[in-house]
Amino acid sequence: MRLLQLNNVQKSYQPGIPVLTDINFSLDRKECLGIVGESGCGKSTLARCILQLEGLDQGEILFEGTPLQDKGEREIRPYRRHLQTVMQNPASSLNPKLKIRHSLMEPFRQYGAQVSLSHFQHGSEEGMARQLMEAVELSPDLLSRYPHELSGGQKQRISIARAISLEPALVVLDEPTSSLDVLTQMSILKLLDHLRDALDLSYLFISHDLLAIQALSQKILVMKQGQIVDRFEKGDLFADERHPYTQQLISLFD
Amino acid sequence: MTSRLTINRTRATKVFLSAFLILIAAIAVYAFLILKHDPSFVDLNERLLPMSWQHPFGTDHLGRDMLTRILLGFQLTVGYGFLALLLAVAIGVPIGVIAGFKGGLVDRLLMRVADAFLAFPDTVVAIVLSGLLGAGIENLLLAIILVKWVNYARLARSTVVTERQKDYITMAKINGLSEWRIMWKHLFPHLIGHILVLASLDLGKIILLISSLSYIGLGAQPPAPEWGAMLNEARPYFQTVPALMIYPGLAIVTVVLLSNLLGDYLRDKFDVKKEVAE
Repeated sequence: MRLLQLNNVQKSYQPGIPVLTDINFSLDRKECLGIVGESGCGKSTLARCILQLEGLDQGEILFEGTPLQDKGEREIRPYRRHLQTVMQNPASSLNPKLKIRHSLMEPFRQYGAQVSLSHFQHGSEEGMARQLMEAVELSPDLLSRYPHELSGGQKQRISIARAISLEPALVVLDEPTSSLDVLTQMSILKLLDHLRDALDLSYLFISHDLLAIQALSQKILVMKQGQIVDRFEKGDLFADERHPYTQQLISLFD
Repeated sequence: MTSRLTINRTRATKVFLSAFLILIAAIAVYAFLILKHDPSFVDLNERLLPMSWQHPFGTDHLGRDMLTRILLGFQLTVGYGFLALLLAVAIGVPIGVIAGFKGGLVDRLLMRVADAFLAFPDTVVAIVLSGLLGAGIENLLLAIILVKWVNYARLARSTVVTERQKDYITMAKINGLSEWRIMWKHLFPHLIGHILVLASLDLGKIILLISSLSYIGLGAQPPAPEWGAMLNEARPYFQTVPALMIYPGLAIVTVVLLSNLLGDYLRDKFDVKKEVAE
């Protein structure tokens, strides 16, 4: 059974202006699927639909075979543990008034007692926090700091630690490296790759940056104006028969 | 240079505030332990007495002990000020949070009501209400609450509207927190600082309003030892026994100043960034 399957997904915010048209794809466990596209092509809307933050106009989203799209907030809640995300802007992903410890442990405090974890030992909350900090290669001293005392890269690592804290099945990475400098981007990508192996995660990696996507993903989809215009395996990126739009994207980093 | 100045000012504020709080605590203890006079006890043989051990602040034109009246006036003026403020916050903040969080029709409806209230100046509302319902401290409080809740509703709404679009609210939703928990855990820490600062600054204004309206006879009625009412009663003796006006006047100035200092102090305290910078 597929971990995530989207069938014929349609979405529009205003009638007559479709944001997503006929989106079909599927994702297996431990796989990383990249979605590349320019700003405004609907990739973030797609992420919000998968994360059950937006309803669909048509189509279905299956998580391990269960359709999620018609469920109410209460019914969705048990699934949220497995649908985690890391967002683009590390500065606004953490509440500036709360200490890092508080933001980091939010999912654990919400679900911690109910879930069984295989990689982390969830004894005490403090022990869990330390394990998470170790997993994203940060000093546990940062736990008692406020977000504005951390760098962008550190904040993004905290967001990642929070997203993986309950060992979710799927992490939607919505431009996780776009607001970071090149060196930090590379270290974050390396960390994400390592965590996927260590924790058996699946990623849906959404970005406008084909290079970043290529570094992590086995399969890549190209989105343009709310539609998937091209799909290929990682190795076939530079094959000649690519869609013209894909070739245009490739030409950008020559 | 500037930063040193700021730190010194903050420290000065702290010292000043602490001194005042200790003073007030001492006065309160004194009031409860040593208070030996009935504030309304009239003794025409002892009228307009100067300072003495028996009457540290002297007596007024009806022979009532001034210190007792000033102290009880503290309870009355500041107590009613607090009460009005608490009720205004208790009404305004939930309305503002709900309007900001729900948005749409609820928001527009609540905010138009707030606009309607905002259109009336507080003094006018107080005078009109006193005219309609009769002069008295209860009607004055009602007028203050009617005027002040709007400020808290608007403040709470604008804070919630700014914050609810941030990613960490989305993350909280993804992490399974209910709307109420998001409001409590994530939005409340943003609100409390703003509300406390506004409230402590408002306390001074409300006390001034209570005292000034009592002075013109629309608030507390004699023989209640309200500071504004005391000022009014002391008017005929302004030239012969100015102390009768000076004591209540000083009391009002002190409390209003204290409330402003408290506002400054709380603003610094709830500004996480500034706290760390120090």
